[in-house]
Amino acid sequence: MYNFEFEQPTTVADAVKALSEEDAQALGGGQTLLPTMKQRLAMPSKLVSLTAIDEIKGVKKDGDQLVIGGGTTHGTVAREAAASYPGLAGLASKIGDPAVRNRGTMGGSLANNDPSACYPAALLASGGTVVTDRREIAADDYFQGMFTTALEEGEIITAVKLPIPEKSNYQKFEQPASRFPLVGVFVAKYAGGVRVAVTGASNEGVFRWTEAEEALSGDFSASALEGLSASAEGMISDIHGSSEYRAHLIGVMTKRAVTAAA
Amino acid sequence: MTSVKMTVNGKSVSGEVEGRTLLVSFLREQAGLTGTHVGCDTSQCGACLVHVNGDAVKSCTMLALEAEGAEVATIEGQANADGSLNVIQQAFQDHHGLQCGFCTPGMVMSAAALLKENPKPSETEIREYLQGNICRCTGYHNIVKAVLAASGQDVGAIAAE
Repeated sequence: MYNFEFEQPTTVADAVKALSEEDAQALGGGQTLLPTMKQRLAMPSKLVSLTAIDEIKGVKKDGDQLVIGGGTTHGTVAREAAASYPGLAGLASKIGDPAVRNRGTMGGSLANNDPSACYPAALLASGGTVVTDRREIAADDYFQGMFTTALEEGEIITAVKLPIPEKSNYQKFEQPASRFPLVGVFVAKYAGGVRVAVTGASNEGVFRWTEAEEALSGDFSASALEGLSASAEGMISDIHGSSEYRAHLIGVMTKRAVTAAA
Repeated sequence: MTSVKMTVNGKSVSGEVEGRTLLVSFLREQAGLTGTHVGCDTSQCGACLVHVNGDAVKSCTMLALEAEGAEVATIEGQANADGSLNVIQQAFQDHHGLQCGFCTPGMVMSAAALLKENPKPSETEIREYLQGNICRCTGYHNIVKAVLAASGQDVGAIAAE
């Protein structure tokens, strides 16, 4: 990879200042950015590591929601959200492998918005909120297509607020080499209705499967999904699976998630 | 170049590195600890696995400067004080958990991290935990046996035999 200047501030304020320079890039756990830089697909002049900022780490319950620091690793979420939000902890415990989970962070995953990342499905299905150094962004406004989010240049995800559902589950069909989901579905049941978010499948990145949400809000069971099928239009088609195959998997994974959550 | 200082296997190590210097490069080329291997260089294979502040990490996907002040443990620090193999290393030898040995440092460090958080893992838990460590020789069964043995459990019959 090309060389760069490295900074490791200990406060959000210092990180924001460091990121104001042209071509400066925030570095979370580096599990995506460093491989990308090795391939010379990214070449920032400066990396600002967020890993020494204690104020953006940790998992805490605040009333009926879970507040997770943007710099919290997947491993920590898997352990510390297990009692309060088991669907989320289950998702976190299956990202990559144990060593990747010790470095990769929730904020990093959400800021990158890989169309096959797991966390975007949890944020969108939870109807959560992204908290940054300057504002709050609702999940429904945050994701704006593959690798694209509402974040501005140099904006840092300091926390994510996730309303805790009554029931939830995440199921993914793994691409066995990368362990990214070929299709992943997060189902969350709230008093006000059910939300279903799909990752890995669409050219536009994570999205809500609203037909399934309507069916499940009336009857939260796999049988409520009988006869429903996701459209193959706009689905990713590649060497690992056609768009039709991915569309089929959306139905299968949603049923599995509902059954496991029930 | 920037100065970096960390503790590796209990000893203080310092050097001058670039921003882009990977932790594994620092360990191998500056600390002279070549037991940590670079297999894939894409964080898939786990041959570069070390512990940083007690956590298993892939040292090919962490910058040396990110380890400033950290406690790093590598395969070179695993043997007993008298130089004999520790319980995990001995189990790998006893159960033929290696053939070419290239993946072995990462496997041993991964197994050590697993046994620290889960002293009596099941066979399934071992296989799941070792997902990020790839071995192209053994077919994994003897590695799983070695980890079972190192945890003091019966290696008896394991799956796919």
